[in-house]
Amino acid sequence: MNPVNYLYLAALLFTIGAAGVLIRRNAIVLFMCVELMLNACNLAFVTFSRMHGNLDGQIIAFFTMVVAAAEVVVGLAIIVSLFRTRHSASVDDASLMKL
Amino acid sequence: MSPTAVHGLWTTAADPLDRIPAPHIEYAQLAPTLIVVGAAVIGVLVEAFVPRRARYLTQVFLAFAALASAFAAVVALAGAGYASGKAQIAAMGAIAVDGPALFLQGTVLLASVVAVFTFAERRLDPAAHGNRVDSFAAQAASVPGSESEQAAVKAGFTTTEVFPLALFAIGGMLIFPAANDLLTLFVALEVLSLPLYLLCALARRQRLMSQEAAVKYFLLGAFSSAFLLFGIALLYGYAGSVSYAAIADVVDGTVARMDPALAATMGNDALLLIGGALVLMGLLFKVGAVPFHMWTPDVYQGAPTPVTGFMAAATKVAAFGALLRLLYVVLPGMRWDWRPVMWGVAILTMLAGAVIAVTQTDVKRLLAYSSIAHAGFILAGVIATSKDGVSSVLFYLGAYSFVTIGAFAVVTLVRDAGGEATHLSKWAGLGRRSPLTAAVFAVFLLAFAGIPLTSGFAGKFAVFKAAAEGGAGALVVVGVISSAIAAFFYIRVIVLMFFSEPKPDGPTVAVPSFLTTTTIAVGVAVTVALGLFPQYFLDLAGSASTFVR
Repeated sequence: MNPVNYLYLAALLFTIGAAGVLIRRNAIVLFMCVELMLNACNLAFVTFSRMHGNLDGQIIAFFTMVVAAAEVVVGLAIIVSLFRTRHSASVDDASLMKL
Repeated sequence: MSPTAVHGLWTTAADPLDRIPAPHIEYAQLAPTLIVVGAAVIGVLVEAFVPRRARYLTQVFLAFAALASAFAAVVALAGAGYASGKAQIAAMGAIAVDGPALFLQGTVLLASVVAVFTFAERRLDPAAHGNRVDSFAAQAASVPGSESEQAAVKAGFTTTEVFPLALFAIGGMLIFPAANDLLTLFVALEVLSLPLYLLCALARRQRLMSQEAAVKYFLLGAFSSAFLLFGIALLYGYAGSVSYAAIADVVDGTVARMDPALAATMGNDALLLIGGALVLMGLLFKVGAVPFHMWTPDVYQGAPTPVTGFMAAATKVAAFGALLRLLYVVLPGMRWDWRPVMWGVAILTMLAGAVIAVTQTDVKRLLAYSSIAHAGFILAGVIATSKDGVSSVLFYLGAYSFVTIGAFAVVTLVRDAGGEATHLSKWAGLGRRSPLTAAVFAVFLLAFAGIPLTSGFAGKFAVFKAAAEGGAGALVVVGVISSAIAAFFYIRVIVLMFFSEPKPDGPTVAVPSFLTTTTIAVGVAVTVALGLFPQYFLDLAGSASTFVR
């Protein structure tokens, strides 16, 4: 199969993730959409790696996974502390600071 | 027939593995980063093993020692000629050791030393239950207003984890401007961002706002770093490599070894243009340039003020370093494509930052919008695409970071019963109540405004001069106009402090310990020194303005 199709899939997944971040209102769902975007990047890396015949892209995919895991640790800690304070994870409710 | 012979039909002995060559790491040249990250790891161990009473002193001493010795290492490397003649690429092509990298690392480290002093300040908050506390939450995990929080406050707990967190962030900031491939760039971005998200959430007062700021910063930061990563993927697809030099060769069309796959992808300009734009977007987000500035005011306002000062200064220095290296080393071959875009971004950033700042009523938000406007001024220097452009940006960053940290340190001093009094109306008449504090803040505001004899003037002059010589005359006109708009609201605050009656229930000015005093004194000293004698520092920046490739 032509590897370019995987690139289209990666772009599609990335767009779905980005649209989700913009549309959804729950902080956890937003965060999952960001993870989807990172995974779309991984797919693009691996596809390009295959097209170029070098391993850089596959190695980078591993780095991305580690970074995404670290981001989960930090992000969930922050979101959970916000949820425990407000009993809501909606990003629309967090509006103490407005002009 | 023996069993092995049967198996031999479908198995074969694996070839002995070749020895994997060990990568060659130049530890001495990476010493600044290694010292800071090593101290951060030790700081985590201190949290685990040192008794609570002794942690604060241990952490402060450790952080100070690490930052000071890392700065000594930077100076030693620069003295050994790595900033000019011996500039080279270390760690198997991952990290550049050259003039801009060392200059910015030195700036980040010096700014971090004085910022860590404000982290350690324990004289400002009134003593609760006989315990002196800093600006960080008693226990981050306890819900604001809950019994567990009251118990933690009563027991005198403090979040000493802020020191290792800050050190990790500084470690990332040291790598960020020196990163010489896109993977290192991405990892450094995350290493500097993740601790900052946490630091934002740790305020002792107004914890709801602080947590809200952290959530906003985190979600938007993660969103933008995903864009950066997709951009990296596309650039990798375009060039078949993430190394800066290799990508630049492909952009210029001077590839030594061509293979069919590369020939196919490098003809595809969409990969290069979209990839470059997405990576640029990720960096402009960190810099706080319009239209990627939305997080700046909220995060600056909600975060604990010492953290705000730290990230306003150090993050900006590191991010501009990375932006410069990307545009000057990787994409100089496309400057006819990125210059018009950066023109637009710079004009929008300068005007929007200055105009919106006029309407602000909170001093931290005001400084946030002013930092956006300053990002625009620095971008004007980036657009110059000349050696003078690099050196003026380096100088501006050095001048700006000390003014910022000093200004936010003054903000921590003005307090009322609810903590810091950041609403501008409360600052009315501060000059009559405590002339010294108001005068120091006025010096910082004048430097922000770019009044002669302050570092702000020298920086702005250098940046605008480089931009004008680089063919961006119209940009300089816009820059001067928005400087004038910005000067209006800086002067307005000075007038408010000195020429209006103090309110009877106005805030008091806390007397700081030598820590914050040092921070503010260093801020004033650097502001005045760079304003009166800019030439020495401009020469220093000029001698450090050549990138290695």
